Amino acid sequence: MEATNATAVKYDMDVVRWFTIASAVFAVAGTLMGVYVASELAWPFLNFDIPEITFGRLRPLHTNTVIFAFGGNVLMATGYYIVQRTGATKLWSNSLAWFTFWGWQAIIVSAVITLPLGLSQGKEYAELPWWSDIMIAVVWVLYGLNYIMTVGIRKTSHIYVSNWFTMGMIVMITYIHVVNSLAIPVDWATSYSIFSGVQDAMVQWWWGHNAVGFYLTGGFLGIMYYFIPKQAQRPVFSYRLSVLHFWTLTFGYVWLGAHHLQYTALPDWTGSLGAGISLAMIIPSWGGAMNGMMTLSGAWDKLRTDYIMRFLVTAMAFYAMSTFDGPVMAIKTVNALSHYTDWTVGHVHAGALGWMAMISFGAMYHMVKKLWNTEMYSDKLVNVHFWVALIGATTYIVAMWVSGIMQGLMWRDYDEYGTLTYTFVESVQAMHPYYVMRMIGGLIFNLGTWICLYNIVMTVRQASAKRGVIAATAKA
Amino acid sequence: MSDHDKLYSTKLQDRIERSTIMMFVYTAIAVAIGGIVEIVPLFYLPNTGMGVDRNGQFTDFNNTSHKDLQGNAIPMDKIVWNPAKSAHKTMDEWQPGDGVRPYKPLELAGRYVFIREGCFLCHSQMIRPFRDEKDRYGHYSIAEESMYDHTYQWGSKRTGPDLARVGAKYSDEWHRKHLKYPRDVVPESVMPNFFFLDKQPIDAVKLEKTMVVMTKMPFNPVPKSIYTDAYIANAKAEVAGKTEMDGVIAFLQSLGNHVKFEEGVNYRD
Repeated sequence: MEATNATAVKYDMDVVRWFTIASAVFAVAGTLMGVYVASELAWPFLNFDIPEITFGRLRPLHTNTVIFAFGGNVLMATGYYIVQRTGATKLWSNSLAWFTFWGWQAIIVSAVITLPLGLSQGKEYAELPWWSDIMIAVVWVLYGLNYIMTVGIRKTSHIYVSNWFTMGMIVMITYIHVVNSLAIPVDWATSYSIFSGVQDAMVQWWWGHNAVGFYLTGGFLGIMYYFIPKQAQRPVFSYRLSVLHFWTLTFGYVWLGAHHLQYTALPDWTGSLGAGISLAMIIPSWGGAMNGMMTLSGAWDKLRTDYIMRFLVTAMAFYAMSTFDGPVMAIKTVNALSHYTDWTVGHVHAGALGWMAMISFGAMYHMVKKLWNTEMYSDKLVNVHFWVALIGATTYIVAMWVSGIMQGLMWRDYDEYGTLTYTFVESVQAMHPYYVMRMIGGLIFNLGTWICLYNIVMTVRQASAKRGVIAATAKA
Repeated sequence: MSDHDKLYSTKLQDRIERSTIMMFVYTAIAVAIGGIVEIVPLFYLPNTGMGVDRNGQFTDFNNTSHKDLQGNAIPMDKIVWNPAKSAHKTMDEWQPGDGVRPYKPLELAGRYVFIREGCFLCHSQMIRPFRDEKDRYGHYSIAEESMYDHTYQWGSKRTGPDLARVGAKYSDEWHRKHLKYPRDVVPESVMPNFFFLDKQPIDAVKLEKTMVVMTKMPFNPVPKSIYTDAYIANAKAEVAGKTEMDGVIAFLQSLGNHVKFEEGVNYRD
């Protein structure tokens, strides 16, 4: 769908460059924070009796950094990049794009300051104080406006599939962020949700699961549908499958939040409905994963030489795996075991490390080459990063799967006299080796992000130096 | 036919793909439906803990009715404390088993600390109806028990045990030792030390404002008949000289013993 006269268009890519660099920086910061909180669970002395760095305050900082800082910067970088190139147009407003850049970084700064200070609204992935929520809403809506207006002024006839997914994300995140953040402030630091109990739980998981479904999945599927075909230099495997993928996912994903609340005080039908539709979601999810992977059909040899392609295709494999894992966990009998355990943590990280981060790295490398019009400083390091990331992610996920299932089984185990076999703390003790293994997996993954940052910085420096030489020669 | 006009899918899809506005509108509708279907009924159906209207008056709980073993309806004021119908008329007279009540000032101050320290990230407050959870934690949780929990605290992870019925299970002194240095009491614990709570006084101004906010909630506010002006005004005196540690302990001790559950009765349908 790329316009044939693309070379004639002058894109607004400076802001994309900044978003890309920010992504690489926050990939390091977010996973490093993760390694630290994981270590605190393995060795509690690492809380160091300093309130600001105790697990309860740092864990939200880890999740917010990876989701909003790393994920958000990737989504905005790729969003602004894709919408221009697929529409053969500049941004509707370049200055608004810059506003969203600085606005988003300001929100991240607010998180870094407030979360360690203990400002929390007590909702997972929505801990930030009420005034940060307002900042998020404003910046997000302006990003959406700029994005949709840019789609509006496109020079191409059709809207490319990546933009559907991104538009779906923009609309849904606006809905769920606004509703879930409805709260009455007590003072500048503290506020309480207007909902309570059952209603608040459902609103929270409508937010929680759709943040995953539309932000961490929909938005990243937009990335998939653009960068895999571009990197493979082939069209998407099936356009019709992408139509199906988009509408079923957009309509269906919304219903899944209730599966987080099975066997709770929520009416039973809600959880069952969530579970049923979760199972149905395997079909579009796998259709989408197939669509991404099969785009490579007939060009699989590229995987031998193209390290960026490795990231993109492995991401699709993890996407397929987590979208199988998820529906299985939504089945009520499985959920009875898996809920409240580390299995959930493993599932989330299969998605976050294996799918979301991998596709991001692939897209970032692809963009860096195009944005600075250069080759990577080191292709070898891209390959090293790939293997390090894969080993780290796998170690992490396996550790959590094993510990999660073990926890679930220990909690429900009865001895021959009909009494509980294990005290709770015995299950805590049994987790120690897996918590250490998880920390090591995370550390390996974090090492990869350092390699990525180094490689990108060196690539940019190399490109700038080259430009400097060309400019100097031109002058002489 | 030029490539430009070629139809790759259906007519409708083709029209949507060519129009930014249609794409936006259709998407906005598609993503709205699931949430509406799952969330809105929870405000109108029975067994969802909706029991106080926005004026702070008790309602019929959307026709919620629990039946005892003889098939007689259990009055909702046995499940949720209603001072007008109870023998115990004030928060101070309230006894465990009188039914769900809002938090007392010290408990509410402790709940603030509980949220601030991110306790809900490792401790759930929602017991599921399984044999092992009954043996480990107690009777399964019901909707009414968290009806006053603005910002619900059910949690999603049990790195530590569930706390929904931890109240009165341990002594205050045990909690104090455990919260300060968990490994002094439970050597295998991975909980951080919260010794610093013992040195921090309760923020009485914040507490008073919080109580006022709780009476102003649009859904399930604390009834003004319970948080009376005098009761709120007295909160400062109530927590004078108390630390955040005292608050957290009071909060934990208040959890789970409000309702007197009868064996064999189904409280969720």
